[in-house]
Amino acid sequence: MDNRAETLTATGIPTGKIGVWWFLASEITVFGGFIASYVVVRLGSSGWSEAASHLNFTLALINTFVLLTSSLTMVLAFAAVEERAPKRLRTFLCLTILMGLIFLGIKAFEYTGEIVKGFTPGAGIFWSFYYGMTGLHALHVLGGIVVNLVLLVAALRDTLRPNEHRVELAGLYWHFVDIVWIFLFPLLYLT
Amino acid sequence: MSDVAATGVGEPHHEELSFWRTYVFSTDHKTIAKQYLSLGLFWAIAGGLMTYLMRWQLAYPETEVPGWGFIAPDFYNMLVTMHGTIMVFFVAMPVLLASFGNFLIPLMIGARDMAFPRLNMLSFWVFASASLVLFSSFFVPGGAASAGWTGYPPLSAKAAYTGVNWGLNLWLLALALEFVSFLMGGINFLTTTINLRAPGMTFIRLPLIVWMQITAAVLFMLSVGPLIAGAVMLLMDRVVGTTFYLPEGGGQPLLWQHLFWFFGHPEVYVILLPGLGIVLEIMPVFSRKPIFGYRPIIYSTIAAGMLSFIVWAHHQFLSGMDPRLAMPFSITTIIISVPFALIVFAMIATLWRASISFSTPMLFAIGTLSIFIIGGLTGIFNGSAPVDIYIHDTYFVVAHFHFTLFSATFFAGFAGLYFWFPKMFGRMMNEILGKIHFWLTFVFFNAVFIPMHLVGLGGMMRRIANPMQYEFLQPLQPTNVFITVAAVLLIVGQIPFVVNFFWSLFRGRVAERNPWQANTLEWSTSSPPPHGNFETVPVVYRSPYEYSSPEVAKDWLPQDQPLEPSAVARQ
Repeated sequence: MDNRAETLTATGIPTGKIGVWWFLASEITVFGGFIASYVVVRLGSSGWSEAASHLNFTLALINTFVLLTSSLTMVLAFAAVEERAPKRLRTFLCLTILMGLIFLGIKAFEYTGEIVKGFTPGAGIFWSFYYGMTGLHALHVLGGIVVNLVLLVAALRDTLRPNEHRVELAGLYWHFVDIVWIFLFPLLYLT
Repeated sequence: MSDVAATGVGEPHHEELSFWRTYVFSTDHKTIAKQYLSLGLFWAIAGGLMTYLMRWQLAYPETEVPGWGFIAPDFYNMLVTMHGTIMVFFVAMPVLLASFGNFLIPLMIGARDMAFPRLNMLSFWVFASASLVLFSSFFVPGGAASAGWTGYPPLSAKAAYTGVNWGLNLWLLALALEFVSFLMGGINFLTTTINLRAPGMTFIRLPLIVWMQITAAVLFMLSVGPLIAGAVMLLMDRVVGTTFYLPEGGGQPLLWQHLFWFFGHPEVYVILLPGLGIVLEIMPVFSRKPIFGYRPIIYSTIAAGMLSFIVWAHHQFLSGMDPRLAMPFSITTIIISVPFALIVFAMIATLWRASISFSTPMLFAIGTLSIFIIGGLTGIFNGSAPVDIYIHDTYFVVAHFHFTLFSATFFAGFAGLYFWFPKMFGRMMNEILGKIHFWLTFVFFNAVFIPMHLVGLGGMMRRIANPMQYEFLQPLQPTNVFITVAAVLLIVGQIPFVVNFFWSLFRGRVAERNPWQANTLEWSTSSPPPHGNFETVPVVYRSPYEYSSPEVAKDWLPQDQPLEPSAVARQ
């Protein structure tokens, strides 16, 4: 019965894919709303660059590379599905999850450093946005890690079989989270 | 052809499900629709009874409400807040969007179920937990939220300002859960309509309510994101100590208003469009005429949907935003009345020279139309900035949005219930009780809300607990008493419906497949439809409103009925 959704299609596009794209469309407006608020409020007042200069640029740069690389491994995981190479699929899913965790670890380390210096979420409007936007993004990374873990467990148990396309769907989401970071990084760290 | 022969994709399965899987954790879209309906009706009773307390306080301030007791100003604030929240998010949305959408979309497009049945079940249970959270917020120390249903900061951003801490946090949590639930629901509606249409069911053959439902779903999904971000900010302000909306920390209270109304205005159409869709389904059936202007109605719906994203600041003319914004938002607001006027004219043209049968669903549909027209006209007053400066935040605005949203939620909702009740529950509702219900509702609705315009023009502000405190409002008190009496009678007028609903549920006349002789696909299957909806997936041959067609002898021509040439070809 649950396969019905995947097999009956009036447009020829897999139903799951349409669902994920609509989901991403709504996610874009969540981050879009946050980013637009940030830009508008920032344009209306001063003192933001000074606050931003206290951020740890080096760590964020490393994190950007980690997340970008994890998108690559996610693509390679999907390529492994298409080439029917289950072993490589597991490896690349593992790597993607690992890099997601590294990203969160570095982010937590960054937060700690800032809070120790006194830049808590209540330290000013820049810090409100900084913690709000990166925090929401980190939650999305965590969500992506959970999704990939579910896929990995299924791959290890060999129960992924009729639903391998889910790797592609998880990949769409993972790339989306990556792209959000591509926006957040310059907006917060480079201005 | 027997069921057994129809093997392959999408075959209905007949395995026996346990009680829990059938009635509670069901993945059947029809059961989920009924679950949304029951929860929505529960909240409608709660939100409706609150108006009794509010109206009594306004007519006879600081006297004991019979059956309740004194109402303190704080408690009145809570009533106003929760009445709005409940009616918009916990009645209108679950009933119009989730219940009718869930029930009708798969049946009308000829699908066996939603595209993601388990996601559908999850949506309902997330909504149920939102309901539970909102319900429990009444019982926490400090009471439920009392910062208005719009939750404007800074009032809502610090617990100290309203004296409500947990109530407002739970309110935010309930709204967040509700949004998640309707996001999942919207994904399901859209994916189902895009991909699960039966053979021959092109987009331009979809019943109009399906168009309205998916437009509403798109509007919701694309507008709620910024408010989710805004709600995260508000919750962080309250719990973590950020200063997004607090000027002392460099924040902007006005930011919330923009985020809220960027969602809030499309949200009006999220409620309104399914309501209009119900009316558009019912009118051709009881006029025995095709709908007037099927395609223009679709184009208008899409145009109105797009325009609804650029009108939001008409809620904020007096908020202190840049006054140069007032003119552009006035203009877009007045432009948006054009597509709706077109839909209204299409409805009237459908009725024109028709042989109308005034059954209960039709009465409620015409009631929706007539009341919505008045609500739309007062909307033009509100939308033009110079007039709004005078009537902003008065009872004129309250009257305006009740004329639009009460008509969509209750008149159209009742119309839909009386119309699809036989399909939902397999029994007819009682016509006499239905007509009594209609006339009581129609007369007393107008008795409540027409005088409310006058009270508003007299300057009475919304959300005040005691108008008698202001000398200039004291002459309006007799009108306020009149409104209260009418409001109580409006509530009493709902008793015939409650009686009718439960009596018909168990004792009503058993409904045949197509009691109204209608064309859309849901009437081609049994009442109520089985799990899997159709014996065989229907094939669609034509548009949904072929009434009084010259091609056939009878005055209706179902979408899935082949005409002679193909009937010959089948032999």
